[in-house]
Amino acid sequence: MPSRSRGWLAVGAVLAAGLVLAFLIDERYHHRVLTLVFLWATMGLAWNIISGYAGQISFGHQVFFGIGAYVTVLLVVKAGLTPWIGMGVAVAAAVLAAVLIGLPTFRLAGIYFGLATLAYPLIFRIVMDWLGYQEVAIPMKRDDPGWFMQFTEPRSFVLLALGVLGATLVLSRAIETSRLGYRLRAIRENEQAAEAMGVNAFRGKMAAYMLSATPAAVAGAVYIHAILFIVTPDAVFGLLVISQTLVVCMVGGTGTLWGPLIGAALMVPVSEILDSTVGDRLPGIQGVVYGAALVVITLYAPEGLYWRVRHALRARADRAAAVGRPPILAPADEDGARPGAGPVLLEVRGVSKAFLGLQALSEVSFEVREREILGVIGPNGAGKTTLFNVLNGFLGPEAGEVRLLGEAVTGLRPSECCRRGMGRTFQVVRTFPRFTVLENVMVGGFVRERRVGRVRELALAALAQVGMAERADALPGGLTTLELRLMELARCLATSPRVVLLDEPLAGLSADGVDVMIAMIRRVRNAGITVVIIEHTMQALLRLADRLVVLDQGRRLAEGPPGEVTRQPAVIEAYLGKRWLARAGSPS
Amino acid sequence: MAELVQYVATGLLVGGVYALMSIGLALIFGVMRVVNFAQGDFMMLGMYLTYFYAISGRVDPLLGALLSIPPFFVLGWLVHRGILARVTGGDPARQHDAQLIVTLGLSLVITNATTMILTPTPRGIPTSYATQAFAVGPVLLNQARSYAFAMALVLAAAVYLFLTRTDVGKALRAAADDPEAAGYQGIDVRAMHALAFGTGIALVAAAGGLLATYYPIEPTVAGNFIVLMFVAVVLGGLGSIPGAFVGGLVIGLVQSLTLLVLPFQLQNTGVFIAFLLVLYLRPQGLFGRRLRAV
Repeated sequence: MPSRSRGWLAVGAVLAAGLVLAFLIDERYHHRVLTLVFLWATMGLAWNIISGYAGQISFGHQVFFGIGAYVTVLLVVKAGLTPWIGMGVAVAAAVLAAVLIGLPTFRLAGIYFGLATLAYPLIFRIVMDWLGYQEVAIPMKRDDPGWFMQFTEPRSFVLLALGVLGATLVLSRAIETSRLGYRLRAIRENEQAAEAMGVNAFRGKMAAYMLSATPAAVAGAVYIHAILFIVTPDAVFGLLVISQTLVVCMVGGTGTLWGPLIGAALMVPVSEILDSTVGDRLPGIQGVVYGAALVVITLYAPEGLYWRVRHALRARADRAAAVGRPPILAPADEDGARPGAGPVLLEVRGVSKAFLGLQALSEVSFEVREREILGVIGPNGAGKTTLFNVLNGFLGPEAGEVRLLGEAVTGLRPSECCRRGMGRTFQVVRTFPRFTVLENVMVGGFVRERRVGRVRELALAALAQVGMAERADALPGGLTTLELRLMELARCLATSPRVVLLDEPLAGLSADGVDVMIAMIRRVRNAGITVVIIEHTMQALLRLADRLVVLDQGRRLAEGPPGEVTRQPAVIEAYLGKRWLARAGSPS
Repeated sequence: MAELVQYVATGLLVGGVYALMSIGLALIFGVMRVVNFAQGDFMMLGMYLTYFYAISGRVDPLLGALLSIPPFFVLGWLVHRGILARVTGGDPARQHDAQLIVTLGLSLVITNATTMILTPTPRGIPTSYATQAFAVGPVLLNQARSYAFAMALVLAAAVYLFLTRTDVGKALRAAADDPEAAGYQGIDVRAMHALAFGTGIALVAAAGGLLATYYPIEPTVAGNFIVLMFVAVVLGGLGSIPGAFVGGLVIGLVQSLTLLVLPFQLQNTGVFIAFLLVLYLRPQGLFGRRLRAV
């Protein structure tokens, strides 16, 4: 893959440039600035793992920076342990802290998560003060300075910081190009869709948090040894640390390893120069510049410089390459004989679910047999989508059980249901908006396969299956409703499901679109996959379903072949209305 | 027992001012869905304005706090017009991060610019009542805190009446509940946002003025209070005005009662732990409604 090796090449080039710069520069002060650029880029990259890739904005990431600094320095002071080993201990402590913080905090979503993270460094600050560590100086070790990271040659610190940055770049690049990277970004783009596609969002976030704590702790340790020499709670747990990190990431762009690198290269020298020239007359100048940078960049280029430039270049390339694309051909209708239903695949027994007194489902039971198309119909509010949410684990039922292939799946996460063979699409298509169509489908493919290259092939095959191969590189924003629904179907198929739950796959489609979709669903079944489908329109389901389950006000009203079900008076009354009765009664 | 009553009384008095600050934050969040990081910095500016009223015009800080309401309303309105209006009104899920970062940036600018211009030296307003206390039986109530508490109650009640009894207040609440539907009813949602932001800033500035009667004034004072406000607002259910008021009182109590069991330096850990507990156990707050999960 050329683009892949090009990425690694670019990482190498950055490090080589850093090395050349380190030896070109001679002045002590410039070495200091260069060290700071590397360290803040590292800190930005660390933050970017949890907040950029996984989209969980953390306002307390300096907690790991501070732990790195304090643990390393206290080990030197109290135990005479070299920081080279101390850093390892510090990383272990930071990762442990990440687990302890993450376990409760990842139960919170969005804004609540960000607010909660704010509290941790503040608590550390107070506790450090209270423990009497308001100021801990690194003791001088004249006999063995190198062993204690006390270089007299400032270039050594530059190289050390560059080494840390290099390792973090490699880590970031490895994440970006691996299954984990795709999964983290999928969580950021749409957590529910990611879960339904077999991504355990909690585990993904936790992995990202632990990984992102590591470079932050190392950066903190090196920062104290190279720059501050004295650790104070405010200097490492304070608001300025996270502000600097955010500035570096926001200016450069998040969700890519190039963002923090660009941000640090631009912003750190500017603020250092200001600080050294007017800093003693205007003590807050650094904070003003950072704050203003945050405001300006959010207002005028919220995606950051990297993405801004990249989109501009992309748009030009796209315009050059714009060609008429062939429309999706309706595949031949492969109806033929309906295959005989197999053994029971999915069993729903006495499922009940209430929302604040509204009984959405009460004691619903039915079975789904292998290779059948089961239609679930019912008027608005009958509990159809709630039923799906219970089936694939978005909701836990108050009572009842769901069994897939004889095993209970009630109470499992959606990702686990998906892993066990339950695919799902949504009533309103849930895309990963910043992924291409191909990447959207790849997220599903990772359920059965770890290697990215293999998954790409798998996803292309799934796209070809639904006639969407031509659109692999498009973004979801540019697709028609039919194409979106087909993409979601392909994403679902890429998980190699035993059964797919389709939530109103025909909604919003034109008559032609409905035909394409119906043919597609038949194809899916003919490929040996069981289909459960929610639909509003009886007409379409009559053409498609082998059996129907009718829901009304959360109860199962009827179950059986379409012809029988539509003749039951209760069904007619609840759903079809008198006119249907008149029509059904007349000979046709 | 008397000691406990004393701690409860002190906690409630301090909590009254926290309650007023938090109402401002809750109003902004309730109407605009914006978490304003810079709220503490506007409070700090309010402290300084009250200080300058007192120093240059010999205005009593209790009156100074009231007099800071109009200028800060205008300031808030301008900040909304110039900055926040550009990152609100779209899809909230996509804009939250941008809003948090913009207000964090604002906070940095305000704190550091104040340090640059007014120097980091702490200042205080000398008043006759700052060191006096009312004796209620065995319990001593600091006079400055008692006056501040009473003023905070009056202002909070005024806000409540404004929101529930006036047409503009009702329109504001409609815009908060459902901006789209409010728009169809002819309510100018953008103007409501500006009104909410201006009012929220004015309230927190007034709270700052009241605080200035007994708390040292310095540029970095925001850091000590912004988290308290977040806690109070989350405790009360993000966006609920009565909730934020009760939340503020609770924070004052927790802070004060923590002293019974923990040393003084750890005073705020009690608050942070309460904050985390509420987030974990009841993220919708004591008064809020749970948002839809899927």
